[in-house]
Amino acid sequence: MPDKIYSSPTEALDGLARDGIMVAVGGFGLCGIPEQLIIALRDSAVRNLTAVSNNAGVDGWGLGLLLETGQIRKMVSSYVGENAEFERQFMAGELEVEFNPQGTLAERMRAGGAGIPAFFTKTGVGTAVAEGKETRDFEGETFVMERGIRTDLSLVKAWKADRAGNLMYRKTARNFNPMAASCGAHTIAEVEEIVDIGTLDPDHIHTPGIFVDRIVKTIPEKRIEQRTTRS
Amino acid sequence: MPLDRNGITRRAARELQDGFYVNLGIGMPTLVANHVPDGMTVWLQSENGLLGMGAFPTEEEVDADLINAGKQTVTGVSGHSFFSSAESFEMIRGGHIDLAILGAMEVSQEGDIANWMIPGKMVKGMGGAMDLVAGVRRVIVTMEHTNKRGDPKIIPACTLPLTGLACIDMIITDLCVMEMDPDRRRFRVTELAPEVTAEEIRAKTTAEILFADDLRTIDA
Repeated sequence: MPDKIYSSPTEALDGLARDGIMVAVGGFGLCGIPEQLIIALRDSAVRNLTAVSNNAGVDGWGLGLLLETGQIRKMVSSYVGENAEFERQFMAGELEVEFNPQGTLAERMRAGGAGIPAFFTKTGVGTAVAEGKETRDFEGETFVMERGIRTDLSLVKAWKADRAGNLMYRKTARNFNPMAASCGAHTIAEVEEIVDIGTLDPDHIHTPGIFVDRIVKTIPEKRIEQRTTRS
Repeated sequence: MPLDRNGITRRAARELQDGFYVNLGIGMPTLVANHVPDGMTVWLQSENGLLGMGAFPTEEEVDADLINAGKQTVTGVSGHSFFSSAESFEMIRGGHIDLAILGAMEVSQEGDIANWMIPGKMVKGMGGAMDLVAGVRRVIVTMEHTNKRGDPKIIPACTLPLTGLACIDMIITDLCVMEMDPDRRRFRVTELAPEVTAEEIRAKTTAEILFADDLRTIDA
């Protein structure tokens, strides 16, 4: 069995990070992002990336790091509110952005991973999102066609992996990671713990190892965007 | 006397039913959670992958892996569950959520809503708003009746880019409650805030609207 474990994020990216590729990145806000793989991707200096990610990080963290260096040419996202550098590049026309409704984005990635080239949804009918897209009526209601997304590379963050690449996520850090894992031609998982095969309860595996090509263990910072507490 | 945000969301909470699965939008709608009646179970869905959202955590409970759709640290109530974004939007787009309560910039007389972008300003994206209005069984808007300049927000047709078409079932503002009449495709004012008159509603609403014969005072 080929060894899926790599000793560092940089090694894990070796041969897979290239100029002009489309990269799916898991996470919601800063929660469940493959933060150390993003840093390694920045350091690889690849350019002209299309990044498929629900959000665009914040200034100085997450995908915000790749925006600062101008490595991202296009973002496919649903919400990008918290990033001043993103705003500057977008307003200056330096960055192309394709907004997708969040559920449409999740389903496009799921569909792509499942070999489904397109699907119909009610979301966005009659709005700017549906402009130029095929619509069809089913049972008296109008639906718009959306395309599945397949990426050249997917970067995901999980809690635990075994050596076969089976993944478990933790709490709401799961979010877009399972769909990112399945829609990539190559998928790299950044995890907090790697255990022996047979250790994870098969009933508790969220992403089976078939979707995961490479695994790297890191010590994540897990930054918090909005620290809200009660007394 | 117009309602304050507490009053608007207290009135909105009266639309909750025991056992409901509910998604609350960011901003004023989140306050609805403070008014769930004692003894009633309402499961709050957060579209980043949490069903059964609880209160904010204590300092000791803060967990970077447990946030809500507003990216705030939260907790889960007993019986909460976690799932992927695809499964989350299966709940939303598949019609499994009973009720969504959202804010709006504009609502048209036919129930179209605009709440995601203002041309010329920075576009942040629609997030899950388009999925919610298209997929949730019942959608209620809570908002101020007019904008900061005093202009009507309930208007004949939306001028801002749409979030969804003919999808709003009820509007609760600081001045009144109105419900969509599905046959006439117009909102009907059913309740007024204390001391607010039908004339005031007419003056501050450019949409064609109906008035109930038995206009009540909002009990909030």
